[in-house]
Amino acid sequence: MFSSFSSPFKLARKGIMGMNQRNIGYIARYNPRKLFPLVDNKLKTKIIAERDQVTVPQLIGVVRTQHDVNSVVDILRKHPGFVIKPAKGSGGKGILVITKQEDGNFFKPSGSVATEEDIKRHCSNILAGLFSLGGSADVAVIEALIEFDPCFEGFSFEGVPDVRVIVFQGYPVMAMMRLSTAASDGKANLHQGAVGVGIDIGTGKALHAVQFDRPVSEHPDTGRVLSELAVPHWERLLELSASCYEMSGLGYLGTDMVLDQSNGPMLLELNARPGLAIQIANGEGILPRLRMVEKLKRDGIEHSPQERVEFSKQQFSRL
Amino acid sequence: MASRKFFYLIVSLCMLIGGLMTYHRHITFEVPWLPGEKRQIWSIEGKVELDAVGEPVSVSLALPSTQQGFTRLTETTASLAYGLSFVDEPGDYRAIWTKREAQGHQEMYYKVDFLVDPKAVDIYQPEAPQALYTEYPEPYQTAAKHLIEQTQQLSADAYSFTRELLKALSDASSANQNTDLLLGYKPLNQLTVELLNNAEVPARIVRGLSLEDGRRRQTLTEYIQVFQDENEWQIFDLATGQQGRPGNTLLWEYNGNSLLEVQGGQNSRVSFSMLLQDRSARSAVAPKIQRADLLNFSIDSLPLEEQALFKGILLIPIGVLIVVLLRVLVGVKTSGTFMPVLIAVAFMQTSLVTGLVGFLLVVGTGLIIRGYLSHLNLLLVSRISAVIITVIGIISIFSVLSFSIGLTEGLKITFFPMIILSWTIERMSVLWEEEGPKEVLLQGGGSLAVAVLAYLAMNNEYVRHLTFNFLGIQLIILGIILLLGNYTGYRLLELRRFSPLANKDD
Repeated sequence: MFSSFSSPFKLARKGIMGMNQRNIGYIARYNPRKLFPLVDNKLKTKIIAERDQVTVPQLIGVVRTQHDVNSVVDILRKHPGFVIKPAKGSGGKGILVITKQEDGNFFKPSGSVATEEDIKRHCSNILAGLFSLGGSADVAVIEALIEFDPCFEGFSFEGVPDVRVIVFQGYPVMAMMRLSTAASDGKANLHQGAVGVGIDIGTGKALHAVQFDRPVSEHPDTGRVLSELAVPHWERLLELSASCYEMSGLGYLGTDMVLDQSNGPMLLELNARPGLAIQIANGEGILPRLRMVEKLKRDGIEHSPQERVEFSKQQFSRL
Repeated sequence: MASRKFFYLIVSLCMLIGGLMTYHRHITFEVPWLPGEKRQIWSIEGKVELDAVGEPVSVSLALPSTQQGFTRLTETTASLAYGLSFVDEPGDYRAIWTKREAQGHQEMYYKVDFLVDPKAVDIYQPEAPQALYTEYPEPYQTAAKHLIEQTQQLSADAYSFTRELLKALSDASSANQNTDLLLGYKPLNQLTVELLNNAEVPARIVRGLSLEDGRRRQTLTEYIQVFQDENEWQIFDLATGQQGRPGNTLLWEYNGNSLLEVQGGQNSRVSFSMLLQDRSARSAVAPKIQRADLLNFSIDSLPLEEQALFKGILLIPIGVLIVVLLRVLVGVKTSGTFMPVLIAVAFMQTSLVTGLVGFLLVVGTGLIIRGYLSHLNLLLVSRISAVIITVIGIISIFSVLSFSIGLTEGLKITFFPMIILSWTIERMSVLWEEEGPKEVLLQGGGSLAVAVLAYLAMNNEYVRHLTFNFLGIQLIILGIILLLGNYTGYRLLELRRFSPLANKDD
């Protein structure tokens, strides 16, 4: 049992960041508390993203009161596919995805049917705060469905694969792709069993993949070889995520990006407390990269978003 | 960086003040570090007896004070319809019993507890008496003079003179004519003091009580107190000539005052009985602490009921510390940050096994009922309220059931905080729906494990003793928690989580 524990000095030598260090050294130091609502509330994130012309999925509507719930179906009829999510939800809770409508019924990605009543009840639950932190009252955000790029066919089971990029002081320092699996129930959360694939910052190609914190080489459901994975529009995606620094003001930021077939990279949501699993997916500690950026700042060097992406691509490329 | 310095300053201040408070309390009030420590207490009862002759009676008894080796704790008196007053003049502490008229046999009791206390010192410095010259008739005068001259030649100072004199007076083998003559004239105690005084050595007779467990009807033993100069004196044993305070002896009176003064009575006498008690150190020093002033900030000054309440409150930081340790250093997942502490507090009241069984019963049943409630699709506040009422229902049913089958232990289930239980059920239930039963077991088990650990720490005899008696400990815990809040190292479970990374080849 103890052989599976490694020495803390070894971890430190590899530059692996632990939870305590993340909380004190990065989140508390670089993320001002007053900016948290901007990222904890997806509606607010959307508003500042649109202000700064950061591409986001189209907003179909917002359900703010129980009264709105009754009229929501009429609006939804005009859109074949859509996503209903709680503005203050966390960890992918309470996200309802509808891919198509037939005969007045709504279909989930798994093929199961949701009735009008189910949609309304889901909205009511969101409003009551069922999915928000601490159960506070919430609003339901309805977005257009992302038609994800067919190049990811076979890499994901049911869910939309997304790309998590850690942006530190505006520099994209580490990236991974999260692929949902049958074990994760179509959700892209690593602790629920999604596959995390470390993505090379320089090229957008797969580096290394893990499921449940242990290395894997193929997608457990589709059997596709994960090392073949390559993210298209990589340059654009990095620039988009780098610009989220100016947009949000948060120094240590997790940006969740998706690739839409027609619109290219889009910002899905921001996270002010990005997790540590990205290190395992990349097979590398994040601290040396963070320290490199900190040194840059100490030396008083200021870069534009494009320059920052260039810097990161040069410094953090592993292929 | 300046704020970091300030932080460490605050932490070190907390630790320092806490440590000093703790140490001060240990030194000044002798609150022991360990709860099991026993301290010895002598309970001594003095009994004054006399035969009253129908006149106003006044009885004045010299009383002992805190002195080298003994600290006086509590004292009580008893008598039949006597007025009582204590006179406390420096060096003369007495109890005075008075009565307008009394006839026949009279008894008065004085009971005092003395703590065997190696750190105690004399609170009164006795004054040296005048060395008055006593003229003896011949042939005793010549014999005395001769003996004094003889002894002076063998000695250097007052103490050695006393030693030699006592040796000469007690040494039967050397059968000195002079000493035989003198001892035939006066009793040993009186003779010794007079001879010392005639040699210009201030001395007097004092009385001590030889302490032996369970002895009754004891009288005081006489000793000679010899002054080297104004403030320096020694006790000499008349019988053995031994110098220094006799072991296990309480000096009842050593200031040159009379032991017992009686007016309006005859055949007065005082006798003593004594008992040695082993008391827990805490209760032994309690009276000593209670006399403490405001500066000695302590919960002992509160009424007993509030003290009991505070004892519980003062343990909570221990539970909180355990939670912080387990979360920051180990990385245990719990449902609700401090829920385990509240559960641990409940365990303190119910005892561990009853508490665990009760907790699992209530939460398990609650989860089943909550599962049904979730089908009703209620608003959050109503749902939690419904769960609270359900929990109360479950607790009542279990209490009544266990009582009717004769398990009074089951009644303790009511000690659980119901709102906390309801939230626990709600959280677990949401967790079950979203993350599956595995995560419920993980977080629920984590919470329970932390709660059990916190309970074991809070229920530990040593921990309880330390937190009750040393408020400074709280500051030290605060300092530790502040320091832990600054810990950026790895958690124990992260060492396992990241082990594939560490073992990966470069």
